[in-house]
Amino acid sequence: MGEMLLKIKNLKTRLGDADNPVYAVDGVDIEVRRGEIFALLGESGCGKSMTALSAMRLLPPSGCIVEGEAFLEQTSLLDLPEREMRRVRGGSMGMIFQEPMTSLNAVITIGDQIGEAVRLHDPDNRENVSRRVIELLRSVGIPDPERRTLEYPHQLSGGMKQRVMIAIALAGKPRLLIADEPTTALDVTIQAQVLSLLKELQRRTGMAVLLITHDLGVVSEVADRVAVMYAGQIIELAESRTFFRQPLHPYSRKLFRSLPSLSKRGQELAVIEGSVPRLNQCFNRCRFLERCDQAQDICAQQEPGWSETAMGGGVRCHLFSALPGPLTRPEKVLMEKQQEIQKPAGSLLEVEGLRVHFPIHKGLLKRIVGHVRAVDDLSLSIARGRTLALVGESGCGKTTAGKGILQLIRPTAGSVRFDGEELTNLPAGKLRSRRADMQIIFQDPVASMNPRMLVGEIILEGMQAQRIGANRVQRQARVKDLLDQVGLPADAAERYPNEFSGGQRQRICIARALAVDPRFIVCDEPTSALDVSVQAQVLNLLKELQQQRDLSYLFITHNISVVSYLAHEVAVMYLGRIVERGSVEEVLQAPRHPYTQALLSAVPEIDRLQQRSVIRLEGDMPSPANPPRGCHFHPRCNQAIDRCRSDYPKPVRLSPTRSVSCFRVDQG
Amino acid sequence: MISHLVILWTDALIFLLLVLALAFGIYASRKPHLRRPWGLVVRSRVGVGTLVVLVFYLIVGLLDSIHFHPLSETSDAAGKASRSSEVISLFDSMVSGLRARQEKTYSAPLATHLYAKESIELADGSTIRDFPRLEHGGSHLSDPGQKPADLVRLSAIGILKGLAVSMVAANCLIILLAVAARSNFGNQAKAVLTASTEIPWRVVLVVLSIMLVLIFWSAELASGYHLLGTDKVGEDVLYQALKSIRTGLVIGTLTTLVMLPAAIMLGIMAGYFRGWVDDVIQYIYTTLNSIPGVLLIAAAILMLQIYMSNHAEEFNSLVERADLRLLFLCIILGVTSWTGLCRLLRGESMKLREVDYVQAATAFGVGHLQIIGRHILPNVLHIVLIAVVLDFSGLVLAEAVLSYVNIGVDPSMNSWGNMINSARLEMAREPIVWWSLAAAMIFMFTLVLSANLFSDVVRDAFDPRLHSSR
Repeated sequence: MGEMLLKIKNLKTRLGDADNPVYAVDGVDIEVRRGEIFALLGESGCGKSMTALSAMRLLPPSGCIVEGEAFLEQTSLLDLPEREMRRVRGGSMGMIFQEPMTSLNAVITIGDQIGEAVRLHDPDNRENVSRRVIELLRSVGIPDPERRTLEYPHQLSGGMKQRVMIAIALAGKPRLLIADEPTTALDVTIQAQVLSLLKELQRRTGMAVLLITHDLGVVSEVADRVAVMYAGQIIELAESRTFFRQPLHPYSRKLFRSLPSLSKRGQELAVIEGSVPRLNQCFNRCRFLERCDQAQDICAQQEPGWSETAMGGGVRCHLFSALPGPLTRPEKVLMEKQQEIQKPAGSLLEVEGLRVHFPIHKGLLKRIVGHVRAVDDLSLSIARGRTLALVGESGCGKTTAGKGILQLIRPTAGSVRFDGEELTNLPAGKLRSRRADMQIIFQDPVASMNPRMLVGEIILEGMQAQRIGANRVQRQARVKDLLDQVGLPADAAERYPNEFSGGQRQRICIARALAVDPRFIVCDEPTSALDVSVQAQVLNLLKELQQQRDLSYLFITHNISVVSYLAHEVAVMYLGRIVERGSVEEVLQAPRHPYTQALLSAVPEIDRLQQRSVIRLEGDMPSPANPPRGCHFHPRCNQAIDRCRSDYPKPVRLSPTRSVSCFRVDQG
Repeated sequence: MISHLVILWTDALIFLLLVLALAFGIYASRKPHLRRPWGLVVRSRVGVGTLVVLVFYLIVGLLDSIHFHPLSETSDAAGKASRSSEVISLFDSMVSGLRARQEKTYSAPLATHLYAKESIELADGSTIRDFPRLEHGGSHLSDPGQKPADLVRLSAIGILKGLAVSMVAANCLIILLAVAARSNFGNQAKAVLTASTEIPWRVVLVVLSIMLVLIFWSAELASGYHLLGTDKVGEDVLYQALKSIRTGLVIGTLTTLVMLPAAIMLGIMAGYFRGWVDDVIQYIYTTLNSIPGVLLIAAAILMLQIYMSNHAEEFNSLVERADLRLLFLCIILGVTSWTGLCRLLRGESMKLREVDYVQAATAFGVGHLQIIGRHILPNVLHIVLIAVVLDFSGLVLAEAVLSYVNIGVDPSMNSWGNMINSARLEMAREPIVWWSLAAAMIFMFTLVLSANLFSDVVRDAFDPRLHSSR
């Protein structure tokens, strides 16, 4: 170790034309050593991808490198002619991207796609490409590689595709692998697989990895060193272990405190106010100034320089010498203390045996040949003022369940009783007036608002439909009230949604939902598209509103730390059914179902105090169109017994709040 | 002069379309998501350049769409001017010179003599066979040998006039801009000429000047000669080509007016409601699409022809008859061309109905009609606009093709298609008569090229996928 592999010096990259420049990367210095995993951590839009693309010279047409140097060993990357550069890309430097679905060509078999890379970048193996392809596939852990080479990308699952991408990147035997958010689009269980694969490859082949991510958990899981990027600059650099013990920059410290977790229940999350400054300006002050609570006069007067720390790291802050010591972590509080006063459990929503099946049409006459059982026999109940978290991987039917409960998709069977009234057979007119009580907040803050409407109109829409407020004036006043409640200025009503950032948009969506005075809100992954610091704002707001208005939430998510922070009860869903249900403490502390156990173990944790062992789940979730016989989970379960293959286990009640569907639990 | 307005069907529809376009313009100017792309269009050099050309075409087309009965010059016994049964347009009366100066038969552009030999009786009583002098073209010359000098003189006058007018126009424009920008004339002129204004006014001025010089030059020459020659019956070809502009524009625009309601309504309904509504609408347009369009058009036009010849008494004038046929052609072209847009809109609405904000509106209990009006329609409007602009030039060309195979507009109506159709025989003639075809080509080419370039700019401006790369 120690030998320098990639060295980027004072890199400045500009987007847009010279008249209206945006300095996406503004003076970045990075050194990646041979054989290490170097993480570049930062929120969206801080320039981390642009840094990597600049080094690869793959900038979008509007971008150009204004200043700086980049060396791969002795080669100056920015001076190479394009012909030579093409050999470096995919040769010495491989790259994998965030979205494995769009990174592969859909009409070429994966064998050919990997073979192409081999032929281009691996002169030794030009004779026996197919052997090398199989070797590569095997090295990224794809079972039965001989057969897979003949398959097309659509026949592979997301995790498999990302492995194929890694195999392509490995074809040139790179010394440096740039991984741009390689696991962001994947589920936690798959993420765990891919991360461990990356780590293993790095160990085995001795290549270095430049890992670009926004996820602190991923960083703590695999990285040796970490650089934190903010507004186009590196603001902190440290050994990974040092960083997690003692983050120095106020921004890094706040990031840690804004992470939701079980230990922070009942408290407000630390919030980084405001948002990343726009990069089309000249800075002569600290870029973090507006959001820093330790800011002093000097921070506003000059840009902080780079200060080296003892252990080879560094930080960009004026207050470097005065920065505090190790992060104090709240002790793991005992569960008893956490237990909130149990509210009288007046059940607001009762769902029983909910089924949502989508018919599969085939052939000329579009006959129904089967059903996608998106939601299959789902039962749950939510009490007034409580939060039930519905947890599961993508494709397990969480969102469909939410929409089925709200009757946005009419369920195939089952009953949904809201406040004692059966919704499934309610006529359209009556249902329409009932809708004021139940609302939904969506995952994507961009798609959830009509870009052609003013924010005021968007919030008014529900009120008009539900005839809330006697006249225009009253409604307008209410819009102002709502905006105020979610922490937005009143003049926001006169603007368009695209003028707001992701977090602000999500607040507008919350305001829109609140406009009709609902008692129950389905929150469909409301924070998964947001950055950590913004996520904290939204979670705080949701929690506060629940207390003020006695709201009930069905919180659909795959993020376990959010669950542990916010939810009262958890239901874990697998392939359309709930496999385990109970209070947060019960489920998260002592999961009983093998799937829950695997899911929880796969979540990357920041506290690496106790070494945890990841339960590796082999393969992917089967298709809900033809679920496996018996227990849906048995093909991936490492504790499966014979009975699991033939029968679906009935839920076993373990405590008043808890039930598990597993034969092993039944046995004791 | 204008004594009695005649409002033809197509005239009424054209002005209705104009009103709709203006209304849309006012609506769009209030909506930033519509205003911004148009801003991009007028900021593009190609966009404004072609726009100027298109405006000239539009002006001619609109002037040609105001019809009336002229007062006839022959007064009756009571001394009162009587209306003639003839219907002419405002444009006709403006270029009455062109219309009135008929020759006997073909004559080449700028010729002084006819293109065919005739027996001419000389002063001494003998007859010879030679090319006779034209009645109007170059008749002011005592000796045809003076023609070159005369042409140079007329050209010079025309170009100078054009330059003078464009100077005046440029100054007016700069003054207006200066007033709007609250700067003084000198600075504004400098900004325009160095192309540092946001909207490329310099391009506007250049194209405008070129057009003005061309117009004045041709007007000057056309006053003494037949600039583009004459056709078989001695009609001025320039006049025909100019008259054809209206026909082209009517076909290009009215067809969309006919097609839009069906395409938008059915497309959105199919995509939004899905189920049996979708099935029915899909069935309709698949069926319609599988009938060859030309056959359908031919059948409809032939039926109309038979109807018109059986009920000749219902039409007051030839112009009205031709106009009805034009309208019918627009309708039938519209019927055959709405399917493409409909399919596009169906796909887009299918995507939009699953979008979160539509789901949110459903969760609020908003009705279907309101969802369509508030969420779906505004979000597919850009597709409609792009389709309309892109279709325009295709339809202008379609008219030419249809007229060429005789199922287009009425033979008595001036259209580029008819001109090309008649050129079929002229090209086979020896020596060939090329100017009819050339005139039609030049005028049609200019219109279609500018429309295509313009629609490219519009599409680029409205296509959301292209913005991210800018």
